[in-house]
Amino acid sequence: MSHTLSVLVQNTPGVLARVASLFSRRGFNIESLAVGPTEDAEVSRITIVVGVEGLPLEQVTKQLNKLVNVLKIVELDPAASVQRELLLVKVRADLQTRSHVLETAQLFRAKVVDVASDAVTIEATGSPDKLTALLRVLEPFGIREMVQSGLVALARGSRSITGSDSRLRPVDRPA
Amino acid sequence: MTMTQPGPTITGAQSLVRALERAGAEVIFGIPGGAILPAYDPLLDAKSLRHILVRHEQGAGHAATGYAQATGKVGVCMATSGPGATNLVTPIADAYMDSVPMVAITGQVPRAAIGTDAFQEADICGITMPITKHNYLVQSADDLPRIIAEAFHIAGTGRPGPVLVDIPKDVLQAQTTFTWPAQLDLPGYRPTLKPHGKQVREAARLMAEAHRPVLYVGGGVLKARAAADLRQLAELTGIPVVTTLMARGAFPDSHPQHIGMPGMHGSVAAVTAMQKADLLIALGARFDDRVTGQLATFAPDAAVIHADVDPAEIGKNRVADVPIVGDAGQVIRELLEAIRAEYAAGRRADLTGWWRQLDGWRDTYPLGYEEPEDGSLSPQYAISRLSSIVGPEAIYVAGVGQHQMWASQFVTYEHPYTWLNSGGLGTMGYAVPAAMGAKVGRPEATVWAIDGDGCFQMTNQELATCALEGIPIKVAVMNNGSLGMVRQWQTLFYEGRYSNTNLGTRRFIPDFVKLADALGCAALRCEKAGDVDATIEKAMAIDDQPVVVDFVVGQDAMVWPMVAAGSSNDDILAARGIRPNFDNDQAV
Repeated sequence: MSHTLSVLVQNTPGVLARVASLFSRRGFNIESLAVGPTEDAEVSRITIVVGVEGLPLEQVTKQLNKLVNVLKIVELDPAASVQRELLLVKVRADLQTRSHVLETAQLFRAKVVDVASDAVTIEATGSPDKLTALLRVLEPFGIREMVQSGLVALARGSRSITGSDSRLRPVDRPA
Repeated sequence: MTMTQPGPTITGAQSLVRALERAGAEVIFGIPGGAILPAYDPLLDAKSLRHILVRHEQGAGHAATGYAQATGKVGVCMATSGPGATNLVTPIADAYMDSVPMVAITGQVPRAAIGTDAFQEADICGITMPITKHNYLVQSADDLPRIIAEAFHIAGTGRPGPVLVDIPKDVLQAQTTFTWPAQLDLPGYRPTLKPHGKQVREAARLMAEAHRPVLYVGGGVLKARAAADLRQLAELTGIPVVTTLMARGAFPDSHPQHIGMPGMHGSVAAVTAMQKADLLIALGARFDDRVTGQLATFAPDAAVIHADVDPAEIGKNRVADVPIVGDAGQVIRELLEAIRAEYAAGRRADLTGWWRQLDGWRDTYPLGYEEPEDGSLSPQYAISRLSSIVGPEAIYVAGVGQHQMWASQFVTYEHPYTWLNSGGLGTMGYAVPAAMGAKVGRPEATVWAIDGDGCFQMTNQELATCALEGIPIKVAVMNNGSLGMVRQWQTLFYEGRYSNTNLGTRRFIPDFVKLADALGCAALRCEKAGDVDATIEKAMAIDDQPVVVDFVVGQDAMVWPMVAAGSSNDDILAARGIRPNFDNDQAV
């Protein structure tokens, strides 16, 4: 089973390389990774989906925590969080099929963002399951090209993982 | 008329040197080169910083490690960009595996040239990312004091480790001002030192109840400078102590509760005690494969208390029943209190039966060796005599291989920080430069490197550094003419097919006496058991220059006991073909 980790990191050069190389050298497999800014300019948020269980998952988080630039790690339960991916997909759509393609997009609350004489580009966001379902339906029309983002996720409710923690508490000066 | 200097404006290089001084550095082992050159100019005027010019950057790194391990201070090494930096990779990896506090300073090509495959450019931050606790590429001269302060703090606290600071040449040349940070802002770095009280009480309860407990002591106890606390804990509880390869000296070998080193070449008593234990109290140890043997059959009946400052070590290889995150010293001191409370409440198991068993194993299978049949000098004998004559106040530094195991087994360690070796990475060539670093850190101590002829040929050029810089270390080369440990495996597991393990050193190519002489050292050779004492005494009498003793020893001597790689510790062999018989042991 997959686990979704939200990793808050200091926004410093090379931090993504540190996180990614940790996964590779410890033999953990990354299923999806997304990185972006947060409400705090000094902090970036990396959302990682890993396919490990039990002890290895504990090792992942413990090893990540040892990275000096990693501030906080929270595992997000899919049932208690909003998890989204972004999909851009270019589907073959001529005069005969275009209306069917558009209808499909509408059913999935996806948007058409570009139209050509023989193709449309659809933008969809949703859970990985929803996007997989959309792709399955679009497949018969002919998928010319597609690109998908890593998963991003936020816990439901009002609590924030970036909030009033002691992140900026300085360490005592060495003697 | 003289112009008044705008006081606070200095170069990045000057700022670096001032920062190193403020961080408490006293010695730097290094070699200059193009990119780091600006830093070497102010070093010339730095009165409180001694720079020792080594012959190879690997030597600088291991010397910093030896210095750190002998003194407990952060060791510092310095190299230029590209090949200078990559030559530090091995000692950095070594320091990482053995949790040695080290700061490595490297020059880098100027910022504008980074990424262009410039002359002597190497992405040393990228290269060392997996083998450093943290590393920095300095982007501005203004950041230097802060980064150096952070580097020393990170290297020396929590679970110690190497930190690399890569500084582009133009940053060293830039104008800046020096401001030492009043506070460090490291929100992602907060090592947990104080253990959780509930966990400590649970551990104390198990320790008071256990009938077959073993204190499994690792290098973390030395890092925490907690040898005296450990002794109190052992004596309060009467629990037997095993000291791992990284912890030799943390508990006196002569102490009746010390039952030896565990692991692949550990004593039968230590290995068997762990196998039969009902409770392992791991203090600053990491259940390394060389200790556990086949993990699935390691200490099958034991509950595990695992205390370590690095939470990632707990449960990594063996599930811990009582995990305790904290500094080994604090953990032990809190355990002492909690155990006293257990005893006061009348809870204390009787260990008499356990000690009867332990003593039986100790008496039946003591560490020993056979004299070589060909009449050659026995390396174990030479090392035993070295220990007896030189004594436990000296520092012993080993390379990697058979001689390392013998040095661990046949030198009697009574004090912490008297045994230095490359345990985790197993770096051949560690001994000579690490001994040099140890001697610089503890000039009053006698420092003996116990090396092999293979190891010695990897790093002996640092003897020139020792000779010129007035660092009179002593080196005992156990010259068996081969890569002895590999040869031992070929004897045992490859039907004696000795593929590429003959170094030819028994034919005196090179002649270590001539080589040592050429490197400015006193040089002695010993080929007979009858000459060992006199040779060692002669070496001990020389204190104004480094000494190398070429002990020409038999090549068939083997390290015993042994648990073959991947085997269960239950299958320990006390000597070749001799499997201990535990059938008569009564369960306690």
